[in-house]
Order: sequence, then structure tokens, then C-alpha cells
Amino acid sequence: MHMADALLSPAVGGTLWAATAGTIAFCAKKVQRDLDDRKVPLMGVLGAFIFAAQMINFTIPATGSSGHLGGGMILAILLGPHAALLTIASVLTVQSLFFADGGLLALGCNIFNLGVFPCFIAYPLIYKPIAGDRKSPMRIAVGATLAGIVGLQLGALGVVFETVLSGISELPLHAFLAAMLPIHLAIGLVEGLVTTAVVSFVWKARPEILEFSATLRPLGNLSLTKVLTGFALAAAITGGVLSGLASSFPDGLEWAMAKTSGQEELEAPENGIHHLLADLQAKTAFLPDYSFGTNEHEPATQETTPPSWLTVDKGTTVSGLVGGGLTLILAIAIGFLFRNRRQIM
Amino acid sequence: MAKIDTAFIDLGYLDTLATGDSIIHRLDPRIKVLTAAVFVICVVSFDKYVIGAMLPFVLILSLLMGLGGIPAHFILKKLALVSPFAILLGMFNPFLDQQTLLYLGPLPVSGGWLSFLSILLRFCLTVGAMLILIATTGFSGVCMAMEKMGMPKIFAVQLLLLYRYIFVLMDEGQRMYRARALRSFQGRGTDMKTFGHLIGGLLLRTLDRGQRIHLAMLCRGFDGTIRTRRAPQFTIRNMLLFFLSCLILITIRRYDCSLLLGQLLTGFVK
Repeated sequence: MHMADALLSPAVGGTLWAATAGTIAFCAKKVQRDLDDRKVPLMGVLGAFIFAAQMINFTIPATGSSGHLGGGMILAILLGPHAALLTIASVLTVQSLFFADGGLLALGCNIFNLGVFPCFIAYPLIYKPIAGDRKSPMRIAVGATLAGIVGLQLGALGVVFETVLSGISELPLHAFLAAMLPIHLAIGLVEGLVTTAVVSFVWKARPEILEFSATLRPLGNLSLTKVLTGFALAAAITGGVLSGLASSFPDGLEWAMAKTSGQEELEAPENGIHHLLADLQAKTAFLPDYSFGTNEHEPATQETTPPSWLTVDKGTTVSGLVGGGLTLILAIAIGFLFRNRRQIM
Repeated sequence: MAKIDTAFIDLGYLDTLATGDSIIHRLDPRIKVLTAAVFVICVVSFDKYVIGAMLPFVLILSLLMGLGGIPAHFILKKLALVSPFAILLGMFNPFLDQQTLLYLGPLPVSGGWLSFLSILLRFCLTVGAMLILIATTGFSGVCMAMEKMGMPKIFAVQLLLLYRYIFVLMDEGQRMYRARALRSFQGRGTDMKTFGHLIGGLLLRTLDRGQRIHLAMLCRGFDGTIRTRRAPQFTIRNMLLFFLSCLILITIRRYDCSLLLGQLLTGFVK
């Protein structure tokens, strides 16, 4: 569920970072202005509560396997969307730093997928209309379950689109969607049921806690649209800047050279834009640099000169392998060197 | 349970590592956070088939681990523990991208395998960089750095409080888990209803605790900010160090050092 740095391109990661940073800044301002500072310690402690709750598992009915609480929706119900987003963001920050779930660049995506969707879409549009003002066990159950499902489905959609847009993983969009959405439908259902169990317990034991958080939420529609336009703008700007940078920064020169030599123009009409892009990618990729183009004659020459390992046109590949291997060995050697030194000291 | 349990132990261990003292620990947290960000962006911006040019970054991490006194087996164990997601999403590449890009002697290697390996390498590099960052800086250091770079104050306060109470509440969660495990036989008592009551009880206690904490903080003059130890000024020396490390990273990113090394060596052989 957590995005990883390894699957992200800088443009996608940077765009979502900007969007998330904007949302956090907005929520921080909102919490600071609307509420007294009483909620700040509460948010911190509830964030820690999520970790504690994740230590205790439960059996999922009908399957026999066990699950954990995700907790985003409970936070939204208890704290309201703005404070909840900050709390979810801090939980995810700790998870990414200490538990290595996700990464530095992927943090933006993760907060967006697991925070923004439940807090600003599932909570205000689903839970609140159903169970906001007039609460009953039934309403809480329906609202929390539906909101849990929708929040997780949107999060899964987010993961899919971020991965596919980044283009590091080869998974095609439809296959990925077909795998992710049903799984997260099940997870969302379980999450919704658990949220229901906890929230209805709290409502029975101390109803004033839920009422209190409901009255403390002067969330108008205005602020939501502000958030959305705000981060749409930020995303558009950084996306443009970053993708420009990404395409010009490392491989711009090679790309320009390929372009001026006019080689793609000959092959492009065959299969249209996809072929052009694939060809372009092959041109700018790692191995063609190593004098190993994707031309079909390669296997033939391979066969005629079997010990062709050290011939001139294979030279760069060999040196690539030798150099890479040596760098790794060097890295490991440094590790051992320091370890030995530490033991001596 | 197993995962979160070891995660909890690791949390304490990383915290212990962060209290160490080495040349890396003594650097300004802001430099470390910014350099880590540059590092991650450099790694992530490689084309998807690149493997060789990324290897020098392993060298850098290895050097940092050595200088910072971070045990390599800990980082490696951690990487192995959280790798399934990257493996899961990357392992389809060999099937989906079968275009042959390289011959290892007689053995053709498809683009999919290259990009799969590349994903794994990226994963190790980015996650490794972050673990090293936190193990040499500590959580409050990272928070302080991010606050100085414009993170909203209320968010920083919140993060610091969260971090303080994780240890308390995770202990409590562990106690509850153990208590339930001792009293429930053949999986009874682990159903969702009981879980709801258990967690609901914990939640109510937590809310009360939050209120008590707030009152206690008010008694001691809390005004919405936590005052951490004052960050040292961002000196010219720090600035130079940062530029130097960026320069090194970007050089490695721009030039394929492992290829150059290999060319040098094979040149000698010939």
C-alpha cells in the first residue's frame, strides 16, 4: 500500500510532494486559527495510539487470517479532517523514517493517498452526511464502513496512477487496476468494519467525545475548494518545472544528438507514437550507450566471433560490468574496513 | 504482529544509534536532510534500465555507514524486511519487457530483467539513505531541520509529541496484546467485536491521557511551541560542505564512474 521511492520518477514524486506540502501548510494554518492549542497534544498522542493499535491484531471473519487497523478514518472522525490530516501525515513520517515504509520522496505520495483521500473526500462527503449530526449505531456503521471502503479505493487508485505515470514498473494500467482494486475493496471493508466497532464503542461509552469533535468543525465548502485549487496549482507548476528538468538534466544531450542525427525519423512511421517513444527510450537508455544498439545483426556477429568478449565494440559493456563489479566490491571493502577498525579501537 | 514487534525494537535501536558521536553525527541536521533529498532525487532520476551508473551511490552509502558507525547488518536486515512491495511491483518487468538489450557472453538479457534489478537497486539506495539519515541525526534533529526549512510549527510540535508518546503507547499496546494472548485459547477473543472494545478502551484512555498532558503542559507555560535546543547558525563552513556534497553527488549522477573505472582497467589489461 505504501508507495516506494524506487518506483517513482522525480516529476511524479515532486508534484505530489508539492501538493502534500501545500495541504499540510493549509491544514496547519486552519488548526491554528480555528482551534485552541488544546488539540495539539491530543493529535500527537492519538498518532501514537495508532501505532499501539497496530500492535494488536484481530481475525478477519470468514478468512481466518488476521489484520491490523489502518486508522485514518478513526482519526478523521475523532479530530475532524484538518487535524486528522496532520496526524496521519506525522504517523506516515515516522513510519517512513523508522520503519522504512515508503521513502523520502514517496512520503508526499503516501500522505496524499492515505491522508488527503480519507480526510477530504471520504470523511466530508460520505461519513459526515450519513453519521455527522444524527447518530445511531446503524448510521455510524454504514457511514464508517462506506467511508473506509471509498477512502482505501481512492488510495489504491492513487498508488496505481503514481506508479504507472512514473513508468519505472512495467505493469500496464488495466492489469494493475484489476489487481489492486479488488484487494483494497476487501481491505477497505475490513477497515470500515473495525472502524465501526471502535467508534460505536466510543459512542456508547462516552458519546460526548464524538459530539465534541462534531461541533468543533466549522468546515465550510469554501475551504475545501481552496485546498483543491491550491494544490492543483502547485502541482501543475512543479510538475511542469520538474518534468522539464528531468528530461533536460541528464539525457538531454544524448536526446538532442539522436534527434539531430535523424535516426528516429526513419523508423517512427512504422508503428506511430508508441514506437517512436520506445525507440527514443532505447536510444537514451543505458545500454545503447555501450555500443550495443538494438539492431538485429547483433546475434549474428556474436555467433561468428565467439570469444568476442574483449573485441572493441563489446568493450564498453565489459568495462561497464568490470567497473560496476569493482565499485560494489569497493563498497563492501569499505564496510569491512570500518568494521575491523571499530573492533580494533 | 511480528513485523510491528521488530519495528518497535528497531525504533529503540535507531534512537540509540542516533545518540552516537561521529563525524557524520556532528554535521548540521539541515545539511544531512538536504543532502539526503539530493541523493534520493539523483538516484530516482536515472533512466529505468540503468544499473552500473548507480553503483557508485552504493559506495557513498557504504562510506557514510562506515564513518557514522552504523552496523551494515542492521541496515541490510531492515532492507530485506521491507523489500516485498518493491519486489512485488518489479517482478513483472521481466515478463512484460522482453526486448533483448544486452548479451552476457552467449546469454541474452532482456530489458525487463535490467529494469527489475534497477528497481531493487533504487529501493536499497533510497531506503538505505533514509535509514542512515535517521540513524545519524535522530528524530528531533530531522524535525528541527524541517521546521527551520519552513515546515509549519504546529506540525513540528505534533511530530515531536507523537514521537515522545510512541514509546509509551506501544508499550501499552504490547502489554494488551500479551494479556489477550494469555487469556484467549484457540483464537477465541480475537474477533473484531472484542478488538473494537479493546481498542476502544485504549482509545478512551489515550484521550484522557491527551487531556492530562495538555493540562500539565499548560501548568508549565505551554504556548503552542516546543522549544528544542537551539540550532547552531548555518555557517559558511556548513554551506561549503553542503555544496561540496551536492557537487560530488551530481558528478556521480552525471558521469558513469563505474564505467570509467572499468574502461581504465580493461585498458590496462589490453
